[in-house]
Amino acid sequence: MPETLVFYLLAGLAIGASALVIGQRNPMYSVMLLIASFGALAGLYIQLEAPFVAVAQIIIYAGAIMVLFLFVVMLLNAPQEDAAEWDRLHPLRQPGIARFGAMLGLLLVVQLAWALIRAAEIGAPVGSRSDAAAVSSVREVGRVLFTDYMFAFEATSILILVAMVGAVVLARREDAGEAEGEER
Amino acid sequence: MDLRFLIQLGIIGLTFFMLINASALLVYAERKVMGFMQQRYGPYLVGPHGLLQPLADILKLLMKEELRPRGADRWLFTLAPILSVTAAFAAFAAVPWGAETTLFGLLDEPVKLGVADINVGVLVVFAITSMGVYGIVLAGWSSNSKYSLLGGLRSSAQMISYELSYATALAAVILLAGSLSLRETVDAQAGYWFGVIPRWYVFLQPLGFIIYMIAGVAETNRAPFDFPEAEQELVAGYNTEYSSVRFALFPQAEYINMTTMAAVATDLYLGGWHGPFLPPEYGWIWFLVKVGAILFAYIWVRWTVPRYRYDQLMRFGWKWLFPASVVNLIVTAALVLALNA
Repeated sequence: MPETLVFYLLAGLAIGASALVIGQRNPMYSVMLLIASFGALAGLYIQLEAPFVAVAQIIIYAGAIMVLFLFVVMLLNAPQEDAAEWDRLHPLRQPGIARFGAMLGLLLVVQLAWALIRAAEIGAPVGSRSDAAAVSSVREVGRVLFTDYMFAFEATSILILVAMVGAVVLARREDAGEAEGEER
Repeated sequence: MDLRFLIQLGIIGLTFFMLINASALLVYAERKVMGFMQQRYGPYLVGPHGLLQPLADILKLLMKEELRPRGADRWLFTLAPILSVTAAFAAFAAVPWGAETTLFGLLDEPVKLGVADINVGVLVVFAITSMGVYGIVLAGWSSNSKYSLLGGLRSSAQMISYELSYATALAAVILLAGSLSLRETVDAQAGYWFGVIPRWYVFLQPLGFIIYMIAGVAETNRAPFDFPEAEQELVAGYNTEYSSVRFALFPQAEYINMTTMAAVATDLYLGGWHGPFLPPEYGWIWFLVKVGAILFAYIWVRWTVPRYRYDQLMRFGWKWLFPASVVNLIVTAALVLALNA
């Protein structure tokens, strides 16, 4: 019973925090709530007997990516969103766009419902408890990553590298070449 | 409630107690060592040789008025020091500090000295210490002051830069030990080479150890990498607007982080509680000695080396430390593969 209780506690925290993320006027609060949501997810992974995934979740998402988010929020020092600034002419608030967004949202709900029904049909979650323990072992994760899922893994790394190079190119100022000597 | 459970609780309590005292002792040691390095006595009046000085400091801070700037963000301003100190304490939970012991035959089954024995312990410590940055960043942002904000920004940039080298140095030790558990890593370092040299990983990973120590200094925001609070430029950096107990929590978190960093270094590189002369039951004495030595080195470095410039810090982190740690990892991996095959 306590396990179920902890599950609902963590699940509720994750969902609640995620829902609050989009409801915040202040981006700083959104970032903090997202971190709380990631923390709750990590707790759920521990319940699934996957401590490695849980720790990786904390290190990568909460520890690295969200620090960058925070960094960006602080650098831009985005002001609080003001209700008075509600802009009817904003391109994202055109009726056509809004209808498209609503359709996408509906699609997501249908998809989730379908997945849940499928999961109920299959019954027990995929893989038994002993499988879960095996997956959690770092050795196994590494082996599978570099054999069975080699292509996906390498493709992802190249994708990230391309994104990184792209970001550097975009962020570079035009006069960067001349200023390089002064930067030192 | 059986005896074993109570003893386990006692060990957890003791660890907590020792950590709190470690931060107080470190404040004293820092001032004392600094004093000697500057040819003066340091704290001398409160208690014998000034030993009660930390207590006096804490009392003084407790008496101070708690201030919050009008423009500060109420919630995050309060949350920041709590986050800092929570992360600092929590990180030590995964650090073992002594061999298994039966407490001189009191128990049938041996009990482990340490709060929790986690099979991915190294990663847990790393994950939780990396959360510590939020306290500093939030403190900087929520104070609504330019000095604090700059301190927070510097801190996050610095942490991201040095975390990579830190993790890569850790990975090399994980390769050697073949385990993510700190306890197993320590036990893999038992015994001697040629009967004299202890089988500590510091001898196999001298470069890794140096990288770990440098990154550790940067991670704990200590001089010469104390940019988040560089006095000459930022008043006091991220904690400029804090006062009273809220202020006290930041240095406390810093000193506990130092202790954790030193304890993990002891476990990973210096053979943990393994050492000559003492029976394994007293291994924790060796552990304390080693942690103390590393902490002394920390303080020594702080009062010897002047602060770098910020761009030097970034350039050193990305252009020297990180490549060195990657080379270290690749060479270690190749050697482990070659020798095991």
